Amino acid sequence: MSLYTEFQGGSEVALSKIISHIENRREGYQEVLSRLYRTGGRMYRIGITGPPGAGKSSLVNRLAGLAAEAGHRVAVICVDPSSPFTGGALLGDRLRMQDIPLDKGVFIRSMGSRGSTGGLAAATSNVTVALDAFGFDTLFIETVGVGQMELDIIDACDTVVVALVPESGDAIQALKAGLMEIADIFAVNKADRAGSDQMVYDLQSAMEMKAVHSEWIVPIVATQATANVNLDELYRHLTAHKAYLEKTGLLAQKRAEQLKKKVERVLVKSIQRDIDRTLLNGAVLDDIVGRIMRGEDDPYSAGQALFRQYKFGS
Amino acid sequence: MAEKIRVLLAKPGLDGHDRGVKVVAAALRDAGMEVIYTGLRQTPEQIVTAAIQEDVDVVGVSILSGAHMTLFPAIVDLLRQRGGGDKLIFGGGIIPDDDIAALEKAGVSKLFTPGASTVEIIDWVTRAVAAKKNDEKLL
Amino acid sequence: MFDKSFLEELRERRRQWDAEKDKFAQNARPRYMTVSGDDVDILYGPESVDQSGYLDKIGFPGQYPYTRGVHHSMYRGRMWTMRQFSGMGTARQTNERYHYLLKQGQTGLSVAFDLPTLMGYDSDHQRSMGEICKCGVAVDTLADMEIIFDGIDLSKISTSMTINAPASILLAMYVAVGEKQGIASHKLTGTLQNDILKEYIAQKEWVFPPEPSIRLITDLMDFCARHIPKWNTISISGYHIREAGATAAQELAFTLADGFQYVESAIAAGQDVDVFAPRLSFFFNAHQDFFEEIAKYRAARRIWARHMREKYGAKKEESWKLRFHTQTAGCSLTAQQPENNLMRTAYEALSGVLGGTQSLHTNSMDETLALPSDKAVLLALRTQQIIMHETGVANTIDPLAGSYYVEYLTDKLEAEAEAYFTEIERRGGVLKGIEEGFFQREIAKSAYRYQKEIEREERIIVGVNGYVMDEEITIPVLRIDETVARDQVASLQKIKQSRDNDKVKRTLEELAVCARGNGNTLQAILDCVRVYATEGEIVDTLRPIFGEYQEPPMF
Repeated sequence: MSLYTEFQGGSEVALSKIISHIENRREGYQEVLSRLYRTGGRMYRIGITGPPGAGKSSLVNRLAGLAAEAGHRVAVICVDPSSPFTGGALLGDRLRMQDIPLDKGVFIRSMGSRGSTGGLAAATSNVTVALDAFGFDTLFIETVGVGQMELDIIDACDTVVVALVPESGDAIQALKAGLMEIADIFAVNKADRAGSDQMVYDLQSAMEMKAVHSEWIVPIVATQATANVNLDELYRHLTAHKAYLEKTGLLAQKRAEQLKKKVERVLVKSIQRDIDRTLLNGAVLDDIVGRIMRGEDDPYSAGQALFRQYKFGS
Repeated sequence: MAEKIRVLLAKPGLDGHDRGVKVVAAALRDAGMEVIYTGLRQTPEQIVTAAIQEDVDVVGVSILSGAHMTLFPAIVDLLRQRGGGDKLIFGGGIIPDDDIAALEKAGVSKLFTPGASTVEIIDWVTRAVAAKKNDEKLL
Repeated sequence: MFDKSFLEELRERRRQWDAEKDKFAQNARPRYMTVSGDDVDILYGPESVDQSGYLDKIGFPGQYPYTRGVHHSMYRGRMWTMRQFSGMGTARQTNERYHYLLKQGQTGLSVAFDLPTLMGYDSDHQRSMGEICKCGVAVDTLADMEIIFDGIDLSKISTSMTINAPASILLAMYVAVGEKQGIASHKLTGTLQNDILKEYIAQKEWVFPPEPSIRLITDLMDFCARHIPKWNTISISGYHIREAGATAAQELAFTLADGFQYVESAIAAGQDVDVFAPRLSFFFNAHQDFFEEIAKYRAARRIWARHMREKYGAKKEESWKLRFHTQTAGCSLTAQQPENNLMRTAYEALSGVLGGTQSLHTNSMDETLALPSDKAVLLALRTQQIIMHETGVANTIDPLAGSYYVEYLTDKLEAEAEAYFTEIERRGGVLKGIEEGFFQREIAKSAYRYQKEIEREERIIVGVNGYVMDEEITIPVLRIDETVARDQVASLQKIKQSRDNDKVKRTLEELAVCARGNGNTLQAILDCVRVYATEGEIVDTLRPIFGEYQEPPMF
């Protein structure tokens, strides 16, 4: 029996292995993705992002539990940084999610970022397609959280929670990192620490100054994930945001935007792969660089010439 | 690009001696592998669920309490039962020679005892994963 | 000690000597370092040591700051206690081993419990599967403790119990055994490990979160002050911190920091520092770096005395004295050529004695293979007796004082510990450090570095990465028969049937009330164990009230 058939029969083992096929772009993975995509579309995707140490995993730990208790089939993807030098990674988020009721069928998958810098792994959004097709209702995605611009999450999720901790300057850092623009909900976690009230206030002021008009007023929730304080409040806002997106039609609009980008990405990737295979093989490039260095050509003309050759075959 | 080897490192039983497992975790990571550590006192059920969901190639189990003859077979059996029989299991701990023979017969691929170097462990994992035949059909 | 002009001349001569070094052959090794990974100079002299304040820094044995020892006459007045940690199989087997050890000249008992007992699970709990009686003796109820000490007069021996999270329960059982023997609690002597902080940091055998755990400890300290005044309430332990991979400086700093935390907690609970402090003792590791270890013990005494007197305002000399137990380093033993462990242990034990330890455990050579055999346990004890009677090292006090190298190391370790105290304070204290995984990460980093040094062969471990032999290991391996576990479960069930279950229920309810309020928990626990409530039942009563600890993730 093929993995795909077993997957359709509801095998978690098959799901897990298909994810590996997708992650490693093994032979045939695109075909599987096409099929999986057509059977999905129901899963609601929630992203959790924020700086290192904000307690993102602990928040997911609690939220996933609440969703499972509410009767959802829940999946979690957590992304950890891969070493740029060895490619190795310690995927430690699972360790922080020990309260998730695995006996209620919650599925957790850890991914190394494998060279991607936008907060998710290159394959993360494809992996969500498999989870969707498998029948999960709710997905939580936790970003790498190393403090870079982690904006991949916008294209992979319906609701984005930005987690922050009350430490000096964090609100300003968040502003700088563009987190203000992507947050649908703020969680000021570790709210037992000094400066929590101040941070909530700073965020409120910052949000009020934003000129964008929207019916959705971004909630700012003070939480303590490890002590399980105020998580139900946070969860209520998640549910409310989903209802808001659905009621206003913004969900469909958002997904349409994401699809445009997705198609574009598939196209660009295909072209890129094609170019890599044909135009940009070593000898051709060496030859061009040689000519440029001898003063017989320049990078701009050479690039344009290659493009013409690619497009018109001349 | 070569595929990443994925390893689950697990600590079942009641003992809290995690010096070894943490050193191994850091060493496998530095050897370019993706390592998931379960944390202390995981039941066989928790370990097997993690191994399956994470689709790891290898599961490394550290036991220093003397409960190895109970816990290793429990993990091996459950893993097979739940369809994860293709995953290799290796272990580390204070394990007498006779027990090593019995455990290898019961389905543990390799056991490392005190004094084993991380180089040996990295080597074994790399080779063992490369030698695994993969005959699963995707479609 | 030396006048300025002499020191200046000395420094000049040292510079000249250093410059001449090139004439000699190249160093045989790329780096010379301690077991902790610190560089070691080729030579130490008066110029290497701060020469000011001999009396303030070193002084005399039995006098502040006790660098040379806590007692005036040290081993002439009282030899160290040879205390071999043991406990195996059932209560009956343990009792037999104790009678054997006492007959061989051992002077104190030390109880090792099995993992379920250490973690607060009864033998019939699902989680105990495969662990019962493996690493020590199983104690479910008072009945087990009665058998362990059967025929042993509790007024004549001192007993050390290695138990932490459920320490109150085991102490209560010990008191109850005394009651059955007709011995009043104030006559009991012994030590509890009862050091939960190092559990969070290193050994990881916890039940409750830090706050209620500290309350259990301060309740116990209060109870002991009133009823068991000779009992050592906490053995503040660096041993496990070191075994987990810490350096000597980390062992020293983290252990003393834990000690200061207990002092602060007890003071906050309204106790008088001069009442409880004399009952605090320490437990250190004796690792392989001979001089570094001796310096560590000397530095520990000096730091403790200073902080107790100056920071915590203790007035009694007994409060300033750091008394400690030593155990040779289990992590230094190898599974390869196991007989070599005899030599390792002997040198380690020697450093403990030269460092002025009050009691000593020497490891058995076969511990990396399995539980120690009788023969190996006996050889370990004999090692101590040879040091005591044949080597002559105990004839005079602190014989390595004044060694430039040892004094240099003592000062250096003290300074490193003080730097850690500052860092811990900056991070908001010990509990905060634990919560954030600070200690755990520091230790894991050291452990990884040490392993790498071995693998790069910057460090040679005989039989492991040097002088390797193909060998047949002939050490007999002691096994615990699986029927032992079944017997233990059966006898537990028998007790549950034969005891007065109404009384058990009532005392447990009273314990719950006490735990929710602010009564003394040890008193309430004592009532429970007297009527044969099990350890697991007591822990299960407290768990919903106190909560359960979860480890902060490291990666």
